[in-house]
Amino acid sequence: MISLTSAILYLVLAPFIGGLVYGIDRKITARMQGRVGPPVLQPFYDLAKLFQKEKVVVTPSQNFYVLGYLVFILVSGSLFFAGGDMLLVIFAFTLAHIFLVLGAYSSFSPYSFVGAERELVQIIAYEPMIILSAVGMYLVTKSFFVSDIVALQAPLILYLPGVFLGFLMVLTIKLRKSPYDLSTSHHAHQELVKGVTTDFSGPALARIELAHWYETVFLLGFIYLFFAWSLPIAILAIIVTFLLEILIDNTFARMKWQFTLKSSWLIAAMLGLVNLGILYYLGNGGIS
Amino acid sequence: MRDGLVRVAAAVIILVSASLLVTSSTGAAQYFPVPLAESGVLIFLAEMLISAFLIYMGFKYRNTLAVILVAVQATLLVYYEAVFAGGMHEPPSLFIDQFSLIMALIIGIIGTLIGVYALGYMKTYHDQHPAVKDRQKMFFFVVFLFLSAMFGLVFSDSLLWVFFFWEITTLCSFLLIGYSGTAESIKNAFLALNMNLAGGIAFAVAILYLSVISPDGTYMSIRALLDSNQAFVLVPAVLLSFAGITKAALMPFSSWLVGAMVAPTPVSALLHSSTMVKAGVYIIVRFSPVLSGSIEGLIIALIGGFTFLLASAIAISQRNAKKVLAYSTIANLGLIVACAGVGTYKLVWAAILLILFHAIAKSLLFLCVGTVEQRIGSKDIEDMSGLIVRLPKVAVMMFIGIAGMFLAPFGMLISKYVALEAFVEAQFGLIFVAILAFGGSITVFFWSKWMGKIISVDPTVSELKDSVHKEMLMILTVLTGLTVLVTLLFPVISASLIEPFVLQVYGHSTGLSQDNLTIMVMMLFLLMIMPLSMLWYGRDQKTVPAYMGGRPATAGLAFAGSMGVQRQTSLINYYFVDLFGERRLLMAGTALCFGLVLLAGILAVGVVL
Repeated sequence: MISLTSAILYLVLAPFIGGLVYGIDRKITARMQGRVGPPVLQPFYDLAKLFQKEKVVVTPSQNFYVLGYLVFILVSGSLFFAGGDMLLVIFAFTLAHIFLVLGAYSSFSPYSFVGAERELVQIIAYEPMIILSAVGMYLVTKSFFVSDIVALQAPLILYLPGVFLGFLMVLTIKLRKSPYDLSTSHHAHQELVKGVTTDFSGPALARIELAHWYETVFLLGFIYLFFAWSLPIAILAIIVTFLLEILIDNTFARMKWQFTLKSSWLIAAMLGLVNLGILYYLGNGGIS
Repeated sequence: MRDGLVRVAAAVIILVSASLLVTSSTGAAQYFPVPLAESGVLIFLAEMLISAFLIYMGFKYRNTLAVILVAVQATLLVYYEAVFAGGMHEPPSLFIDQFSLIMALIIGIIGTLIGVYALGYMKTYHDQHPAVKDRQKMFFFVVFLFLSAMFGLVFSDSLLWVFFFWEITTLCSFLLIGYSGTAESIKNAFLALNMNLAGGIAFAVAILYLSVISPDGTYMSIRALLDSNQAFVLVPAVLLSFAGITKAALMPFSSWLVGAMVAPTPVSALLHSSTMVKAGVYIIVRFSPVLSGSIEGLIIALIGGFTFLLASAIAISQRNAKKVLAYSTIANLGLIVACAGVGTYKLVWAAILLILFHAIAKSLLFLCVGTVEQRIGSKDIEDMSGLIVRLPKVAVMMFIGIAGMFLAPFGMLISKYVALEAFVEAQFGLIFVAILAFGGSITVFFWSKWMGKIISVDPTVSELKDSVHKEMLMILTVLTGLTVLVTLLFPVISASLIEPFVLQVYGHSTGLSQDNLTIMVMMLFLLMIMPLSMLWYGRDQKTVPAYMGGRPATAGLAFAGSMGVQRQTSLINYYFVDLFGERRLLMAGTALCFGLVLLAGILAVGVVL
């Protein structure tokens, strides 16, 4: 059931796809703002530069947590692409982010600290919706295994429109886009400096960036599941989704964490649960 | 002398519990009739003695409610003894099956380890609290009495016996919570007593009801109740579940367990991991086959589910480490009851896993908090900042304990994951899926911020030397080892103990797929070897102070503020009191769950009529 080949393919290819996606992102964002923007390969140059920088730490233990973040992003992503159990994927994914948060806490500094707390708020904001997405896929396919969900011949999106919209909403949090880029973002020097990543630099920061690329590919793979019955439509859907996220990023200002938490829970409860309720009702032949 | 006695007793109990595993792990439940004809009378006399003692305490501390509740209970018992006891034909029997065995291992191993830990703890406790009268003799006697009662409770087949041991646990918790004798501890001891007595009355009513149904005592045995497919069995099941809900401190009865935090920390550890609350969920899981599929079972499951959600949310707003632990226990017990109430075979499997993993991780956490409290003089999480520098060993163990409570691939998360999978398939399961999705992510928040606090490397503090008593540290190490080991051995434990039990009761069994087991074990190994990476980050890195926005800062995080003033920075976690405040959520939970309890009661009365 678990396919090693696709896991290895993910491990090898994801950084290239992820970097490219962010290169294109920066280009499009720049055009939206009337700038020329950097070359598409700029993220790769940035990453290479970070890796060459001097190793500077606030506390040696932060290296451990950064490694944990990268390793468990790799674990969850490869488990996902290998066709593994969706819930395990999600739990490994959460574990990875806890490592990132702990890394920020470990440096005992105000900016990191607030970033860590905000990152935690984001985690509890998006996690219910991601779990509900997995449950929704289970209700349609009767399996939590990604391999079974991909194998579904019917368009999953038609069964899970609410869940998909809810997922798009939390995707904005996960891709660190406005209005939900509370804990760290690529944009301007903000009230939080760089949030969770403030006290990381050089190779450590490079590892975080790399993990974020892996993470992005995993999340795009998640979108793919909703359209898995037809490859061209799926690719189109992923492109449209990502363009939409860029548009949202450039048209919204950052919101407060309270809004993030409340809105994402509300969306999860309204769109996600109602969608699941209907499926549940149909799937069990009516609730007696 | 006392130390030696406690250690020897602990060693013997641990050995005997472990040997049970070897001698009786396979096959069906075994029954051992007790030939002692006078046992009924003896138990009755003992119960009357307990009642007399409690009434005396009630008068002494002017707690009218306690006196009334004890009097009601005693009257019910006297009535039973006068009218029905003579008609009992079958001798009561003891039994053991895999579920009892798991409970016995939890009680025998974790309970006694806590007892040994308490030796060191109580000495320091009395040094630090000179005002508290030294009643350690009573303390250790009650601790072991408590453990014995728990053994009796899980091995008894006769409800009369279960009730007897049930009341002893109520008495023991009353004595232990009130140990320090302060006004607050007495007040909370009575709170616990009264709520548990209310449960005890429901238990007594169940016994009377069964005597009316069959005066010859046929249905006084758990086996007979579970085997009969009669509708009336639902009535005692609901009554016993009510008793279980009070004992397991689910909402609306959660306040006693939070109040019990005034007791010395080993007592809390004992109450939360291997005694008291585990008795409550034990009885509900036992009767889960009866509850399963009934509307009453669903209501009980809902009480559990709401308790899980609301207690987890309240834990976010708590700074006191023991209160966080208390609310997390209440939440997890709620989840166990939610599983048992819906009661499909997969959910019962998940419930037993939850009981097991919770007992280990929670005892570890309580004892860590107790140790830290005695060393740094505070149980406030904010004061644990930089613990990894001050008390590195305890901090690492506390870290593992917390990870054990909510992170993959540790036991508690596996259990939650199993529960989630099982709820998806159950009737009305969607409600519980939603509760788990939201409640599970809430727990991530309060555990992670606590973890973050203890591992932040504070440059202004230094290690406390010669700090922790050797024996206490050893117990903590053993419990940490158990947390990891049981996660590693989880497939074996499941296959050899839990699955056979579920198979016997439900005719089906379940387990995780081989792929998932492999992945979890691999993840655990990964986590275990990752600390080695620290060796690899060597000398070529430069250590700098944290970024402070370009303002000159000292190592102690003081900013150079405007007008030449030095401003001290302090880092305090978010508590979101306005969103997750204790008062408001507790009120909501109490109202909601109280309503559900009433509803279950009314439905049960409907069955009787």
